[in-house]
Amino acid sequence: MFVINCPFCGERDQSEFSSGGEAHIIRPKQPTELSDDQWAEYLFMRKNIKGVQFERWNHAHGCRKWFNMIRDTSNDKIHAIYKMGEKPPIV
Amino acid sequence: MSKELRVNSKYIDQTTRIPFKFNGKTFYGFKGDTLASALLSNNVHLVGRSFKYHRPRGIMTCGSEEPNAIVQVSNDPSLTEPNVRATEIELYEGLEANSQNCWPSVNFDIGGINNFLSPFLPAGFYYKTFMWPASFWEKYEFFIRHSAGLGKAPTKPDPNIYDHQYAHCDVLVIGGGISGVIAAKLSAEKKLNTILLDDKKDLGGVSIYNNDDNFKINDQNVSKWLSNEIENLKKYPNLSIKTRTSLAAFHGYNYLLARENLTDHLNVNDRKDKIRQRLWKIRAKKVVIATGAIERPLIFNNNDRPGILLSSSIKKYIDYYGVKCGTKISIFTSNDSAYETVLSLYKNGVKINSIIDIRDKSESLIVKKVQDIGIKIYWKHTVVNTKGYKRINSVELMKLNEKGTGVIGDKINESCDCLGISGGWTPMVHLFTQSGGKLEFNRIDNMFIPDENKSPSEQISVGSCNGDLELDDIIKKTNLKTKEFLDINTSIFDSLKIQNSKEKNKKNIWLLPSDKALGKTKPFLDFQNDSTAKDVKLALREGFKSIEHVKRYTTTGMGTDQGKLSNMHALGIIADTTGTNMGELGTTTFRPPFTPLTFGAIVGRNVGQFFDHTRYSAMHNWHETNGAKFENVGQWKRPWYYPKNKESMHEAVQRESKAARDSAGILDASTLGKIDIQGTDASEFLNRVYTNAWSKLQIGKCRYGLMLNEDGMVYDDGVTTRLGENHYIMTTTTGGAANVLNKLEDYLQTEWPELDVYLTTVTDHFSTISICGPNSKKIVNKMIPDLDLSDQNFPHMSFKNSSINGVRCRVMRISFTGEHSYEINIQSNYAKNVWEMSMEAGKEYNITPYGTETMHLLRAEKGFIITGQDTDGTLTPVDLQMDWIVSKKKYDFIGKRSLYRSDTIREDRKQLVGLITEDPNEVLEEGAQIVEDLNKKPIEMLGHVTSSYFSPNLNKSIALAVVVSGKNLRGKKLFVPMENKNINVTITDTVFYDKENKRLNA
Amino acid sequence: MKNKYSVFSLIKNAFSHHENWQRAWGDPEPKKEYDAIIVGGGGHGLATAYYLAKKHKITNIAVLEKGWIGGGNTGRNTTIIRSNYLWDASAGLYDHALKIWEGLSQELNYNVMFSQRGVMNLAHNLQDVRDLKRRTHANRLNGIDAVWLNTNEVKKFCPIINTSQDIRYPVLGGTLQKRAGTARHDAVAWGYARGADALGVDIIQNCEVKGIKRNGKEVIGVETSKGFIKTKKIGVVAAGHSSVIANMAGLKLPLESKPLQALVSEPVKPVIDTVVMSNAVHAYVSQSDKGELVIGAGTDSYVSYTQKGSHNVVEETLRAILELYPIFSRMKMLRQWGGIVDICPDASPIISKTQIKGLYFNCGWGTGGFKATPGSGDLFAHTIANDEPHKLNAAFNINRFVSGDLVDEHGAAAVAH
Repeated sequence: MFVINCPFCGERDQSEFSSGGEAHIIRPKQPTELSDDQWAEYLFMRKNIKGVQFERWNHAHGCRKWFNMIRDTSNDKIHAIYKMGEKPPIV
Repeated sequence: MSKELRVNSKYIDQTTRIPFKFNGKTFYGFKGDTLASALLSNNVHLVGRSFKYHRPRGIMTCGSEEPNAIVQVSNDPSLTEPNVRATEIELYEGLEANSQNCWPSVNFDIGGINNFLSPFLPAGFYYKTFMWPASFWEKYEFFIRHSAGLGKAPTKPDPNIYDHQYAHCDVLVIGGGISGVIAAKLSAEKKLNTILLDDKKDLGGVSIYNNDDNFKINDQNVSKWLSNEIENLKKYPNLSIKTRTSLAAFHGYNYLLARENLTDHLNVNDRKDKIRQRLWKIRAKKVVIATGAIERPLIFNNNDRPGILLSSSIKKYIDYYGVKCGTKISIFTSNDSAYETVLSLYKNGVKINSIIDIRDKSESLIVKKVQDIGIKIYWKHTVVNTKGYKRINSVELMKLNEKGTGVIGDKINESCDCLGISGGWTPMVHLFTQSGGKLEFNRIDNMFIPDENKSPSEQISVGSCNGDLELDDIIKKTNLKTKEFLDINTSIFDSLKIQNSKEKNKKNIWLLPSDKALGKTKPFLDFQNDSTAKDVKLALREGFKSIEHVKRYTTTGMGTDQGKLSNMHALGIIADTTGTNMGELGTTTFRPPFTPLTFGAIVGRNVGQFFDHTRYSAMHNWHETNGAKFENVGQWKRPWYYPKNKESMHEAVQRESKAARDSAGILDASTLGKIDIQGTDASEFLNRVYTNAWSKLQIGKCRYGLMLNEDGMVYDDGVTTRLGENHYIMTTTTGGAANVLNKLEDYLQTEWPELDVYLTTVTDHFSTISICGPNSKKIVNKMIPDLDLSDQNFPHMSFKNSSINGVRCRVMRISFTGEHSYEINIQSNYAKNVWEMSMEAGKEYNITPYGTETMHLLRAEKGFIITGQDTDGTLTPVDLQMDWIVSKKKYDFIGKRSLYRSDTIREDRKQLVGLITEDPNEVLEEGAQIVEDLNKKPIEMLGHVTSSYFSPNLNKSIALAVVVSGKNLRGKKLFVPMENKNINVTITDTVFYDKENKRLNA
Repeated sequence: MKNKYSVFSLIKNAFSHHENWQRAWGDPEPKKEYDAIIVGGGGHGLATAYYLAKKHKITNIAVLEKGWIGGGNTGRNTTIIRSNYLWDASAGLYDHALKIWEGLSQELNYNVMFSQRGVMNLAHNLQDVRDLKRRTHANRLNGIDAVWLNTNEVKKFCPIINTSQDIRYPVLGGTLQKRAGTARHDAVAWGYARGADALGVDIIQNCEVKGIKRNGKEVIGVETSKGFIKTKKIGVVAAGHSSVIANMAGLKLPLESKPLQALVSEPVKPVIDTVVMSNAVHAYVSQSDKGELVIGAGTDSYVSYTQKGSHNVVEETLRAILELYPIFSRMKMLRQWGGIVDICPDASPIISKTQIKGLYFNCGWGTGGFKATPGSGDLFAHTIANDEPHKLNAAFNINRFVSGDLVDEHGAAAVAH
């Protein structure tokens, strides 16, 4: 169980958080103009990276804020955490 | 207790005799004994039978690595505990222990026949047989299952309490031996918040009973020096010492679990109402692992007999417990440490027959001392066989050839009643690897040690778990490493004077040769699982290459000791056989826990009433008092129905349903989720999350909304009311409330942060009383006389702020039953009172409380869906024939795009329909399947019944169902095939009652 | 087949101290080219190779395994086998597998210890009852032996379950499939490996795939830690690592790889003789032939390739176990471990061609792939051999995520074990 440094609350046990999967998948602004393939790409297809991955997390049992995390999924090391809307730091 | 086998010891209380029972017979030991030391002092070596061959087995070790002496503790069906290591049971009054895996007794065990069958039972024999006849496997398996297993599970629930506690510290030191004590002291001295754990009852490890004059610290013997240090530790307020506490698991980010034993050592009568075990959940900024090393056995023919113990254990039994493991002891060793045992035994007057040493010689002081005493040492010899079925009585030894690969010369027979074996030491690197650390192989000492460059977190390993086996190394390196780790400049241990008398000369032969062919010998590797060196070689011969394959094929290392004694030898034999370097071979994965961990401790108090939260509405007590039966809906307890005068559920529901339509019904709807939505973009937000349009909803009006998942499937529904220009209150289903809020917050924060919207859950803040039926208006009028309830002022789907006895409330005129209906939302702390007022006001109209079952029935009569019952995550609004609620004008909403995929626009999807049965009294089973052609093979299922009731208001059975192309099948006759009959049904409209909605305004 | 296993061969070999057993499978170096390459030497991959060789006579095949065969989810799962799935497509797929299981030991001449001790799924609330009854009815009509048990019948079938109606989520009934059960997981991998090897398949361990080589829209080979190997057909059966291989080919899959944990207790004499699963409180348990209670925990919510999950998941599972089996409180956890499960959005697998010619994927089994091993191998072999799916796996194509024609097995099982 890792420790996550919530940008609003500080360090907390991972059990307080829930993962929202891959980050920076932006909801299409004009979904109706997408093909079925393009929509499926948004809806279901995931990079599912082994290694450094950008993902969304929510402090579900805390401040309930969403934020982004850069984490290495091959060893669960967290490299950076940044707020929604912020540019991802370079790691 | 045999006086001849006892000597004085200051570590246990030899003035207090404790009786205990083993296999039904009463024995005595001293306070401070373990079951193992007490049994040994009674000359009991045979304590169990092995897993596969049922060979007699005795106590082999003095700690958690014990593979053989595992017993069933207690005869009480609720307190009995299987597979407890006799070496870890502290003796207490009332202890009852029994041998396991033997019948009728450990002395005479029918299963012993397996020993004679063993030639036919090599590793993995079961993969090669029991295949004929094909149907017989389960019959063979029955016998296999009954001969497997070790102890017995309890048969009654555990009455004990288990507890959890969190701890956060700067430094956690695991292991209270000499290196752990040094590290803890340095940490405490540095004013760091420190925890020191040890699994034994006292700190000190093996050094605490080292009174040997050959080992000195500052001219004191080790025991004395260490006792002083331990005494000194108690003065630090920032150091917390936990004994009887075993570190179970070392997870990532320095999250560790430790189990503290609180009562297992107490006399049975002193345990009442005390917590049995506590699981510590520790977050440590830094961790010092000081878990020591375990002595290795030697692998030779018949190395498993009772009376064969690890040499260091014999030393502990004599020095610490004051127990002689035999009266005529031989020692078989590959290194100097066994000579310490010899000196301890000698000092205590135990006869040492001979020492068999596989080395050519040793020049150390300690060996010289032993030679001076005049004990016979057989250099460069090995044991080729042992004798004695239930207790060793002699060993046969022969000279090793030059390379150590075979034996030469004559066989020598030495009689003995105990054999101490020492094959060197294995550092306990389990915790380091559990935390993700990588190991490196030390070729000199043939052991895996932590690779300090690959430490996964803030941690160090010190002492013999780091591969430092000699006293001077241990102290110096522990001091140095800890100083560096904790950023300390000078330490009190910098200038210690240490005297050590051993030399490092070791010889390592993983599998010792015998004069017999390997196939005719029994060199055990894993004593509990009866796997031998032969089994490992067989696995290799059959192409099992990886250590994990060998482990799984031979079951080596899979016993309750998890291979603490056997893993290294298995690896060594694989490396030797395949010509591989052990470092390249790697180890098997050490999985948590370090020692088996009680389920009860893992779970703590979170069982029974604390299994899950229970949510009660504010009126719960009233429901209980009035005889409600409850249904679990999510975490909520909801009234299901209110039986009167021993009514059945059916009778109660029929009565409630009729009353609600005939006069007045009252429902506790408090559990529905309520989300307060405010902000200048609230309307736009609702436009995006619901399928229908919200901007034009007038203030004071209510609207039903359907929410989809992004994949277009119906997710949740409910009525949302516009309280103000920028203020709404949304209701959700009871079970979906939390998920809906999560979803809304997710979209709001991540996709649409530009929207000015604020969400607050107010489910618990407001309670909801729903009053329905033709007399509901009169009842509400009695309760809130100032409120104008006329259809003009307060029409269906509208809302008013009001107050009851000065308490503000929100009243909505909405209906889930199709009846004229009001929902009063009031602050929860007034709700029970208002509920009682409603009952009083409705008395003259026979107001009838109804539960979820009646609610479901009434809404089904009207064809209203319940998401999660009539939907299952695979239905779109169009499938539900609710096209009317899907805005065609809105550019986008959650899930809209998915509604136009090639599969979701198909006409022949499953669609929601009504069903009536040919026999109006036949009520369909919810979940039953629907078919058109009973004779078609394979039978084609068109859909299933989602909701089904007997409607007292229509006096017939009604059902909702989803059916392929159901939209176009009105009037179609279909079948519901049950196990014993086929039911004829006809597809109808989904609305069964009051199709014109007249009753809403009745 | 090289030396046949039987009680007679065991006795015969006993007299030569078992010195004469042959290798169960070889240890070859890869050839330069194969007709087909299977990436992943777990049960599914080995079964695929076996059926390609056996049924489709394609024997010039290599199975490439990064580590040791059967070392992934095959060797880490809780070995539950059942076919009582809700939807016709799933029922067809899993019952196809179950039928093969019933004769697998004989077919492979390797005792995989398939034991039809029954699997019971419990209901703990009224919606559970509806869902499980729906599934039971569908199973019955699909020819799958499922029956509904009321609470008393549940108790009778497995007496140690706490069926008191006073517990937090009391047992309201359950559905039982008697043909379901368990098997010995390692033996499945080893049996298929031995069978495939005998048919000429090369099983190459410690051989990691590093790249998929393409010529435009078709595959031409794989780059591996043992060099480049030419082939026109690549079947990927890499479970948790499916996305990693897909990324090599420039594909994205609808998968997330998450930790799934399991644990065993110390071995005890027989105490539970069936498999009991409960999705609502999340507990499932059986007892191995060795006597260990085998307990499966849930998945964590995040992507991880570490084969480690969070302790709180294990804790929650054991809570549910003690709620249902209070007599297990003094039992002890002997070992816990984790695997990486590749989960599809609809909790159903993918056995499919891709847009790249010659590249096939068999993945997305989530938490429940072991039970399908023989069927999955058989159908995947068919798909690779014919470049067309079998009718039993047609529904499990990758295109369903575009069309929306999902096979949603969440409804009947919160976690599709």
